Amino acid sequence: METALKESKCITTEEFLINMGPQHPSTHGVLYLELKLDGEVALGCTVHLGYLHRGMEKIAESRTLTQFIPFTDRLDYIASMNNNLAFVLAAEKLLGLEVNARAKYIRVVIAELNRIASHLLGIGCFAQDLGAFATPLFYCFRDREKIVDIFNELCGNRLTYNYMRIGGVQFDFTKEIEIKIKEFIKYMSNKVNDYEWLLSGNVIFLARTKNVGVLLKEVAINYGVTGPNLRASGVKWDLRKDEPYSGYENFQFDIPTGINGDSWDRYKVKLEEIKESLKIIEQAIGALPEGDPTVKAGRQHKLPVGEAYMRSENPRGELGFYIAGDGSFNPYRLKIRPPSFSNLSVIAELVKGCKIADVVCILGSLDIVMGEIDR
Amino acid sequence: MVKFLDIIFNTGIGVALLGFISASAMFLIWWERKVSAWIQNRFGPMRVGWHGLLQPIADAVKLLLKENISPASADKLVWWLAPFFAVVPAVMAFICMPFDKNLIARDLNTGVLFMIAITSICVFGIFMAGWGSNNKYSLLSAMRAVAQIISYEIPLTLSVLTVLMFANSLSMQDIVRAQSKYWFIVYPNLTIAFIIYIISATAEVNRAPFDISEAESELVAGFHTEYSGMKFAMFFIGEYTNFFIISAIAATLFLGGWQGPFLPPVVWFLLKTYAIVFLLMWVRWTFPRVRVDQLMAFAWKVLTPIAFVNLLIAGLFLIKTR
Repeated sequence: METALKESKCITTEEFLINMGPQHPSTHGVLYLELKLDGEVALGCTVHLGYLHRGMEKIAESRTLTQFIPFTDRLDYIASMNNNLAFVLAAEKLLGLEVNARAKYIRVVIAELNRIASHLLGIGCFAQDLGAFATPLFYCFRDREKIVDIFNELCGNRLTYNYMRIGGVQFDFTKEIEIKIKEFIKYMSNKVNDYEWLLSGNVIFLARTKNVGVLLKEVAINYGVTGPNLRASGVKWDLRKDEPYSGYENFQFDIPTGINGDSWDRYKVKLEEIKESLKIIEQAIGALPEGDPTVKAGRQHKLPVGEAYMRSENPRGELGFYIAGDGSFNPYRLKIRPPSFSNLSVIAELVKGCKIADVVCILGSLDIVMGEIDR
Repeated sequence: MVKFLDIIFNTGIGVALLGFISASAMFLIWWERKVSAWIQNRFGPMRVGWHGLLQPIADAVKLLLKENISPASADKLVWWLAPFFAVVPAVMAFICMPFDKNLIARDLNTGVLFMIAITSICVFGIFMAGWGSNNKYSLLSAMRAVAQIISYEIPLTLSVLTVLMFANSLSMQDIVRAQSKYWFIVYPNLTIAFIIYIISATAEVNRAPFDISEAESELVAGFHTEYSGMKFAMFFIGEYTNFFIISAIAATLFLGGWQGPFLPPVVWFLLKTYAIVFLLMWVRWTFPRVRVDQLMAFAWKVLTPIAFVNLLIAGLFLIKTR
């Protein structure tokens, strides 16, 4: 009937472009999507990047490795601790440094706490994008605040922590912090059910997310999608299990995976990962070895001639750092492999034939952070 | 002379109603912000007045002082008229609002019909705003709003029709009096009608979870994206006045209107209205937004058939009992 209408020329319709961003309430930073629409239906989209470009990789070439740690905070600013960790792991690999057991365990605890904080924000913003105006977001912020408070007490910062050091961490855990983390585990184990009540059982939430933005396994692998987005498509790939680092091999935990790879699975995998992270923290904080995790000397590291690549499992996927040394104090070249960049690149595939509301839903479920995409 | 007095009397009623409407819109804005804050672990406005009670007044002053910006490519006449179309019908609907036994501007014998007809005009305001702004987001929002409001008008009217069959009158006061023994909501047919009415009315005034026409995570601010200052405020007042009206109609048609023991009738009327207002606010701050195709499917495939069947059963029931 539509073609009949078009042929009869009674009603002529035309496709139009709509600029979603760089200033838009739900593009998670300064992302600019050029959407091609036929009425409500999206026919395709072009992604324009670079509004947050700060030249991080070039900056690294004129900094020592220790000086570059604060810059990694500004990559994926929701998960600064994990960025710190990935970078110091790469640096330690290049320098051939060993870290003592306590530092490893502290790193795991901190990284998993930050993963929970990051997933909470991801879930909250996702629900906000679906139009549950601010309520789930505030619930998530309430719980994230507890983690941020712990970090604040630990290292004095609330967002950009600059906590990990090459060869250890900046500060040791005090007794109070250990108690606070244990209390948080108890608190959060109950609160996870709140999200199940508020969102997982909600008819409208289910209708909006099920079968929306289905990311097939093959497509996900071809685009280099990693993290919860890949696991939601049914690929059981997690660097914490498959290429253990920083002592992850010592802990028992499962890798939650989805089946369909739709927005619902991406949400559910994040929620399940919060529970798994709580398990890891509980084990790590329970078996915290003795020792001094702080680094006493050696802020300056002369880089050997050679290169190292280290990747670790960030909340959003694989974050990789490639460092090439040329015998000086500064890296000759530093390359960052951010997970969100690959995760965002599938959006052009996913939005075809979706409604505008679904575009927002898909973008929210991919859970991108522009800081590490533009770097 | 008599005519002159009549004009003065009517103007007095008009001024009183306008005063009530502005006060009620402002109170509702404050109340909504408070309710949302309580649901979300916040305080809400606290600074201006007792618990931020004067916040809407401060906001209104701010909006009055703001510059009136209009886009260069806007369709000027339509753009200027749209806010009036959003407010005026909402105000006119108060003519048939039964606050008390005698406290009603005009007890028209076609009161319900008038109410439904006049509140439907609000869609013109939204469409004119979307069209006149010459903005793609606004246009999309306007298209959504028209489709949505026209679709939900049908189940809404059908559910009201069920009430009319029980009350045997179109006058608002007669409907209230017909509930002197039992509130209409106790009849099973009318319980279903009440639920249908509440859902459709929520969609009718563009409130979450049916706020697809101003879905801010998709369409920025929808039809009022380009509006600022007092023109924006007029949309806001219109929206909250409509919100009050649908709650008041629900209270009148289903919950016995101003009837109730001990307390004065006006208090009963406002209590019932604000109870429904609170219910709708609770829903708004809990549920995600439905998608546009789901919204339309729900109206045509679920609500309308149920409303028709409900109407039929109500008719059979009435034939049998009489």
